[in-house]
Amino acid sequence: MSLKTKHRLVWKSLFMGMLVYMGTLGMPQPAQAEYADVVINNYADAAGMRPAVFPHWFHRIRFRCKVCHADLGFKFKAGGNKITMAKIIEGKFCGACHNGEVAWSVENCAMCHSGIPGTPTHFHGSTVQRLIAPAYKPLSKPAAQKKPVSQKK
Amino acid sequence: MKQKTKILSLTVAMLAMIASATGHAQEVVSTESAKPEVIQLAAVVSGANVFNRNLKKQKAFNPPPSEDGIHDTENEATYSLQAPLEAYQGLPTTTFGNRVDWVKAIDQGALKPRWDRVDPNEEPFVMDLDIVRPVNASMPDVVFPHRQHTEWLFCSNCHPAIFIPQKGANQISMSAILLGQKCGVCHGKVSFPIETKTCKKCHSKPKPADWKPPLSEASVKNPWK
Repeated sequence: MSLKTKHRLVWKSLFMGMLVYMGTLGMPQPAQAEYADVVINNYADAAGMRPAVFPHWFHRIRFRCKVCHADLGFKFKAGGNKITMAKIIEGKFCGACHNGEVAWSVENCAMCHSGIPGTPTHFHGSTVQRLIAPAYKPLSKPAAQKKPVSQKK
Repeated sequence: MKQKTKILSLTVAMLAMIASATGHAQEVVSTESAKPEVIQLAAVVSGANVFNRNLKKQKAFNPPPSEDGIHDTENEATYSLQAPLEAYQGLPTTTFGNRVDWVKAIDQGALKPRWDRVDPNEEPFVMDLDIVRPVNASMPDVVFPHRQHTEWLFCSNCHPAIFIPQKGANQISMSAILLGQKCGVCHGKVSFPIETKTCKKCHSKPKPADWKPPLSEASVKNPWK
């Protein structure tokens, strides 16, 4: 192998490497949210709000599981509690603490409703989610709900 | 000259390959440039292996809400939410889940979460009882410690809906757990995840030295023996 072809080979491989690197950069990056964060999007998208994000870790530092899951009646299921703002204002579910006494009150809409619009209800980092391909609706649907014009096409 | 054309054709082929591999990302940009984030999530929410490739190791852990991929960066309040790492200062660490050893944190007194919604002085009802579950296969037997669980939970959380409080009444398998039943109601979601790193946290009682795999039913009840 002459020196010239050797140089060419080096440049060629470098160029290819660059291309592959650029290609992988363009791939969609997976969400890196904190383990056990829950996105709740039962009604939010349809109501034109951002989905609510519940950080388990934040609440775990302050309360033991028993407080919410035994005393307040939260089921062990993401999206399984059918929480509505009316229930929260009545003092049920989140409203048991988020009433301006134990924790800040419901006026701070955007503190909970902070998820990316269209994110389905899910449990971040859950084993089930990691093992099984998603069974939930494709995300083009909620986007279409928001824009009835595009639905007519 | 020939070499040059060869290289050119190669690069074109490579570009085509990359384009097909990143087809999803490109589609996102071209079809709905107005809402790229929304479409991207469809592939991103589940960690299921879409392509047949090795799972990537996560580089950074406990990112702040604005960088975690589920909080809307256009929402102003996202930036006023606390970052996990800030809150985890001084807590014992692990290499899985939140990367915080929650049980150790309570044992060490680094963490004092309330047992009651309003009363900070109420003490948990702790029961110290280990349940040993023999495992048929060669895997070490499972020891279930009530103490660590009752530090966090109340009896009614698990009994009798998830676990019938009676010896031999509960059939538990790893597949049920991985699919989110039995222990998997919490483990793999909030409490420590089910990974190869965590097997031995439950499967912690080694088999006796003279242990032999049990014979199958066919060989035990063999009428021709």
